[in-house]
Amino acid sequence: MDVSSAKPALKHIPIVTRSVKGKFRNFKTAVMLLAYSVYFLLPWMPWSRNSAADQAVMFDLDTRRFFIFDLIVYPQDIFWLAMLLFIAAALLFFTTGLIGRAWCGYFCFQTLWSDLFIWIEHRIQGERPARLRLKSQPWNAEKVMKVGGSHALMILISFWTAVTFAAYFSYAPEFVVRLFSGEAAQAAYITVVVLTITTYLAAGVIREHVCTMGCPYARFQGVMYEADTLAVSYDARRGEGTAGRIIPKAGLKTREERQAKGHGDCIDCGFCVQVCPTGIDIRDGLQYQCISCGLCIDACNNIMDSVGYPRGLIRYDSERNLSSEHPVKPHLEWKRLKVWGYALALIIATGLLFYNIGSRSDTEVTVQQTRQPLFVTLSDGSFRNRYQIHIVNKTEQDEVYQLTVRGIPAESLNIGDIPQIRVRAGKSLTIGARIDLPREIAITTQAFDFVVQPSSPDAEPLVVQTNFNSKR
Amino acid sequence: MSQENTKGSGTAEQKPTFSQGGVPTTGHSWDGDIRELTNPLPRWWVWAFYITAIFTVVYWLFYPAWPVGSTFTKGVPGLNSITYTATQVDGTEVEKTTHWNMRSKFMVEMNELHAAQKQWFDKVAATPYDQIAQDAELMQFVTSAGKTLFSDNCAPCHQAGGQGVIGFAPNLTDDHWQYGGAYEQIEATIVHGRRGYMPAFKEIVSDEEIGQLANYVLSLSGEPHDAGSASSGAKLFQTNTAGCYACHGADAKGIEGIGSANLTDKIWLWANIPELNTPEEKLKVVKTIISGGLNRGVMPPWEDRLKPDQIKLLTVYVHQGLGGGK
Repeated sequence: MDVSSAKPALKHIPIVTRSVKGKFRNFKTAVMLLAYSVYFLLPWMPWSRNSAADQAVMFDLDTRRFFIFDLIVYPQDIFWLAMLLFIAAALLFFTTGLIGRAWCGYFCFQTLWSDLFIWIEHRIQGERPARLRLKSQPWNAEKVMKVGGSHALMILISFWTAVTFAAYFSYAPEFVVRLFSGEAAQAAYITVVVLTITTYLAAGVIREHVCTMGCPYARFQGVMYEADTLAVSYDARRGEGTAGRIIPKAGLKTREERQAKGHGDCIDCGFCVQVCPTGIDIRDGLQYQCISCGLCIDACNNIMDSVGYPRGLIRYDSERNLSSEHPVKPHLEWKRLKVWGYALALIIATGLLFYNIGSRSDTEVTVQQTRQPLFVTLSDGSFRNRYQIHIVNKTEQDEVYQLTVRGIPAESLNIGDIPQIRVRAGKSLTIGARIDLPREIAITTQAFDFVVQPSSPDAEPLVVQTNFNSKR
Repeated sequence: MSQENTKGSGTAEQKPTFSQGGVPTTGHSWDGDIRELTNPLPRWWVWAFYITAIFTVVYWLFYPAWPVGSTFTKGVPGLNSITYTATQVDGTEVEKTTHWNMRSKFMVEMNELHAAQKQWFDKVAATPYDQIAQDAELMQFVTSAGKTLFSDNCAPCHQAGGQGVIGFAPNLTDDHWQYGGAYEQIEATIVHGRRGYMPAFKEIVSDEEIGQLANYVLSLSGEPHDAGSASSGAKLFQTNTAGCYACHGADAKGIEGIGSANLTDKIWLWANIPELNTPEEKLKVVKTIISGGLNRGVMPPWEDRLKPDQIKLLTVYVHQGLGGGK
């Protein structure tokens, strides 16, 4: 059986990218620096707190509270997450409709970490030709050192990425000490190991296949494109001319000579392909593999500069403009129904979320009536209803609450022997309350209000209407 | 699949073709030109297969795996041992070590749960009754733990909410207590149980006198009655002939020490008077009780079934959690 001659179903051609300079490269680097600064430093940012560790952003799973600066998110606020996801989706649709896959090219963490790891390869192993040479040579000391070194560094960065992620869920300075002294929770170790492996594999090994084969957004973002959407495009009319692209050779050096023979401006240097992190040829047109990073624009502009042709052979432009009889300067075409729709959804959802966060009460009260039995007949013929009152204190201080009733006599409320309803900061308390009403009042009372008044100054009382049951 | 190069190849004399439309063949040929294609399995699949094969060996070391006769392989002791504390029937605790199995995993979790609850049970045990009731956070534990204990032990008679069943088990949520509703009295009831008894009066007083007594009892709680008959009954109640006052008290409000009923309030345990519609029916039911007596008020003792801290917690639950304590 001859297996070695078998043709694999999918031949993997390793992509070794050439580095490039230019404004898109600079923008990508700026975004990367900003994103990494935020991601890696945020868990270490101190923030004065009363009831939890002094960490600005901490997702405390133990006490079920998410601390985001001065905002404390409780499990009851879970619908904020739904709104946030909707906003993220609307924002993605909005930007995709306008300027294509900007998320993929500049902000997606797969792109960011791949970019960093490619940069490491470039620093250790050298520029594309050196890396290609290294790849084809047998395993010797140099190859082991350089390839092994760059992968070791990638694993190290992946590890710190994982540790940083886990540090968001615990007080970072203590967590890191516990992690390395073997005292952290099992979940922390599992998280760190799994994230280290997945980060290294996704950004260091699998790379562009995550985008082309694994990522659903890459596939469905195409449906948000319109003819007016700006996308990284090759101006085929200008690049190919009537006789196609051709490398500069004798008689085809200057632009005038080339145009006279019908050749376009593309000198077929292949740099746009060499810099592409997903290894495609943008000159084949818009492809689902294109993550819109703009590096081919930088590469082409540099070449155009060096041969003295105008820039913009590869540029951000719309499909409509590229095929138009009278092309105009590429511009953002925002006067479109789809763009307006996405923008409207985005504004409404963001407004609702901020309104909701701003108007959330510091106290949450729920009243549950004891239903077994619904009412109790007392020895003097009066009726008793019982309630479980659940009070959540969302502030950072212990809080004392006054519980009163409205619509029935004040003395009919009894909360047992509890002298004071004190709820600790960030905690909740359930207390039992009894309402005894004489028969005459009970039979005409169907509902009344519980009023919970926090004792802190200018706190609004919370009113919960509830039923009263009796034998009518 | 391309068939263009299949002709004239693969005969016995000819060298077999190793490729067929780009796909390699095994090199064997039958009837001259029938060959077997060999599409190799994807590498990742083969590796996944090897890894699962290795995993099974690891699995045998850690978990029960192979049936052997009437028993089974239990893995390597030490690698997969589980130790837990079990409570035996006589209440003593023993440590047990077994091979990995779901039940011992469950027991370990139960041990952990009990350890987590222990601090609260200890606090309940160490705190006097009136102070437990003043501690809102401790009461929160009593309410949730008591609900489970009550459901497991008390609910079959007193019902899940403690509302009882008229004619069978008293309502624990109201303010009436046969044997007293203070903490100590409730605790004594749970520890030792109760046995209520009322003698039959049909041999002692006449049928007419039973009717008078029944009318008097109904009048005490404001139910419809015959006033003349009731006033005769009131006199009879206090005489030594019937002797009702001896147990129910001269004021007919019952005596907690012996668990006799308070006849003057609106709460009925043995006869569901408020639910009956006509005065005749009400009178008939009360008469039946007086003439036949009662021997149904039995509550078993719980001191052998529950631990002291559980009884204490249940006492607070009944007193405060159900809300009727005195």
